[in-house]
Amino acid sequence: MSTFAGVVLFTGVLVYAVLGGADYGAGFWDLTAGGAERGRGPRSLVDASLAPVWEANHVWLVFILVMLWTGFPVAFAAIMTTLYIPLGLAALGIVIRGSGFAFRKVMVRTSQQRVTGAAFAVSSVLTPFFLGTIAGGIASGRVPTAGHGDAVGSWLNPTSLLGGVLAVLACAFVAAVFLTAEARRRQNTDLETWFRRRSLGAAVATGAFTLVGIAVLHADSPRLFHELLSRGLPLVVVAALCGLASVTLIRRAAPRLLQALAVVAVASVVAGWGVAQYPYLLGTHLSLGEAAAPTPTLWALTVVAAAALLLVVPAMALLFVLVERGRLEGH
Amino acid sequence: MAAGDPSQLLPAREQMAFTLGFHIVLVPFGVAFTFLMLVANWRGLRHGDEQALRLARRWSHVSGVLFAVGAVSGTVLSFELGLLWPGLMGRFGAAYGIPFAVEGLFFFLEAVFVAIYIYGWDRMRPWAHFWTGVPVVLSGIGGTLSVVAANAWMNQPAGFVLRNGRVVDVRPLGVIFNRAFWYEALHMLLAAYMVAGFTVAGVYAVGQLRGRRDRLHRLGLVIPLTVAAIATPLQIFVGDVAARAVYQNEPAKFAAIEMLPQTGTHVPEILGGALVNGQERFGIPIPDGASLLSGFSPNTRILGLEAIPPGLRPPDRLVTTVHLAFDAMVGIGFALLALSAWFALVAWRRRRPPENRWFLRCTAVSGVLTVVALECGWIATEVGRQPWTVVGYLLTRDAVTTSGNVWLLFTATLMLYAAVGYGTFFALRLLRRRWRAEDDRPGGGEQALDDGVPYGPSHARETAAADGQA
Repeated sequence: MSTFAGVVLFTGVLVYAVLGGADYGAGFWDLTAGGAERGRGPRSLVDASLAPVWEANHVWLVFILVMLWTGFPVAFAAIMTTLYIPLGLAALGIVIRGSGFAFRKVMVRTSQQRVTGAAFAVSSVLTPFFLGTIAGGIASGRVPTAGHGDAVGSWLNPTSLLGGVLAVLACAFVAAVFLTAEARRRQNTDLETWFRRRSLGAAVATGAFTLVGIAVLHADSPRLFHELLSRGLPLVVVAALCGLASVTLIRRAAPRLLQALAVVAVASVVAGWGVAQYPYLLGTHLSLGEAAAPTPTLWALTVVAAAALLLVVPAMALLFVLVERGRLEGH
Repeated sequence: MAAGDPSQLLPAREQMAFTLGFHIVLVPFGVAFTFLMLVANWRGLRHGDEQALRLARRWSHVSGVLFAVGAVSGTVLSFELGLLWPGLMGRFGAAYGIPFAVEGLFFFLEAVFVAIYIYGWDRMRPWAHFWTGVPVVLSGIGGTLSVVAANAWMNQPAGFVLRNGRVVDVRPLGVIFNRAFWYEALHMLLAAYMVAGFTVAGVYAVGQLRGRRDRLHRLGLVIPLTVAAIATPLQIFVGDVAARAVYQNEPAKFAAIEMLPQTGTHVPEILGGALVNGQERFGIPIPDGASLLSGFSPNTRILGLEAIPPGLRPPDRLVTTVHLAFDAMVGIGFALLALSAWFALVAWRRRRPPENRWFLRCTAVSGVLTVVALECGWIATEVGRQPWTVVGYLLTRDAVTTSGNVWLLFTATLMLYAAVGYGTFFALRLLRRRWRAEDDRPGGGEQALDDGVPYGPSHARETAAADGQA
């Protein structure tokens, strides 16, 4: 039962990593798009493709938090009392990002758009970094069961930094592929080229950094390293293959296939982390079973998850289909 | 704040109060403003009313901005539950978290359909588009009920078994449908409809006072004010039932609300005043009022603050705050009832809403007053619960975090929220300016850039035709 709740929770992490990641990454490209004139094209594509979906994608984060504090309250308290610095910064980053994005859509003058846009874009890079360091802190076992762990070392350590940088890179990669596909769908060849180049760059950077990461894990988190390359190996291979495929096919493949490849690449990396860490929720000292809430609570969460499967998943599918068919435009 | 309280208690409480107080102003716009928007949309489609459609579309732009700010400020609250109150979440998350899980579902649905509705104006068929707004309103209601269920649980904890300080068994339905659930949830839901109704009506009342008395502004006042005028009497009834439930189930809070030092019968209802050195001062008493209201008889016995053990008794300042907040809420409630009656009476007798300047001025003020009443209501229930976080089970000082320095987070949050508040205000003002320029242009919506009459002949049909050919 606790394993099942753990899977539900981790599914939330996975979906958020992909969907939320694509949104954060869009902010990365928004930030690096250059001056107001030069960056107009990419920015307007970012704006148009993000606007209808980012709030729905963002809810997955709330889903994760709620599942964690209800299903595994002890672990939630431990994480919150240890990693409070990156968590607090991420929370503030989320506010800046969401409101900056919403405000920019309304602003008309370039100077106003620049301020709100910069708020959106900078926080889009910083927030996934902090979230990545949190993941690193948890994965490397730096959150004690009783909480109140090292406030600095728990997120400023090799594995956390790896997590942070990898999160930013992976977000940028998924977003670039998504936006390439989006530009192709809109038959905008200039933008397609613009984002295709960046997809390649991001893919190379992410791939190279992952290799570095493996060395870091070997030194800093031996258990994670070991499990990742034994139990998690198939996922690692899938991730590498999909990453390579998405890059080689980027000129020809249908947009939907490209998106699928990028999604699977990132999702398998995250899933690899989950598989490597199982059955522990925190390091090797708190297992899912020990951290879990009483069974009736887990049942309640199961009912909620089933309802989400019946209601939320079709609703989100509808949203994405409408977006893809260009039914949600204007304004 | 008593001596010996942990040092983080003050900043943590201030931060929670501030961010919740900020978020709660946005809640009515996600929950009830969307309903007003649909009413205008329905009217526009049903009666071919272009002005109503234009109103619905403009309101959807506004709710787009407010929903975004509400979504992120709500997320901060989820973080804060852990960052500020790990003692609450770690010990009671298994029970307290369940209503939030349900709320997550509604939040999902709301976010999805808000997006479809806001961005669907141009490309969807009119009635199909209208129906995508309905789940927004329904999930707004569901979300409100679930979040308030969690708050009600803190006042009337139920549905769990505690052993050695750990929650060992949970009855999920018992947690959600605790004794305070129905009256708190309905009270908040109606409050959301009142706030959205009076605030939006207030905005258009100001417009009319400034001479914009066209049909758009009249509709913009009538639709929300009608909804608010229906919600207000219901709210007063629900509020009355709620107060009596608090009298029966939460005697400590009731003693603070009534600012009653000694237990007794024939308790007067004190209007205003303050608690000074444990004694009520400066208030205006209505003889037997409190006893009559809580038990329909002057002999009704009401517990005083003295009945609370000294260690758990809230300090005078806190009691005064709760009492004054409650009085302000009720006072504003009745003022709004009078305004609603005025509106209803004139609308019924003359078949059109009142248009004299005093009515418009009162309506304009009502928008601000409902927000004040909303905040006061939350102060009454939240501060009134102190020193408890979970009544009878967990003291606030035991729930608060001991890690880090909350003052730093609080300072950063204050500055950031000030910027976000300013940004929201600025964005809404920009929208207003844009629309005003549009209204003033001859030909109005026909030439409007991005805000023409929706579903109108100008570009919607063209794109529909283009889509058909594609």
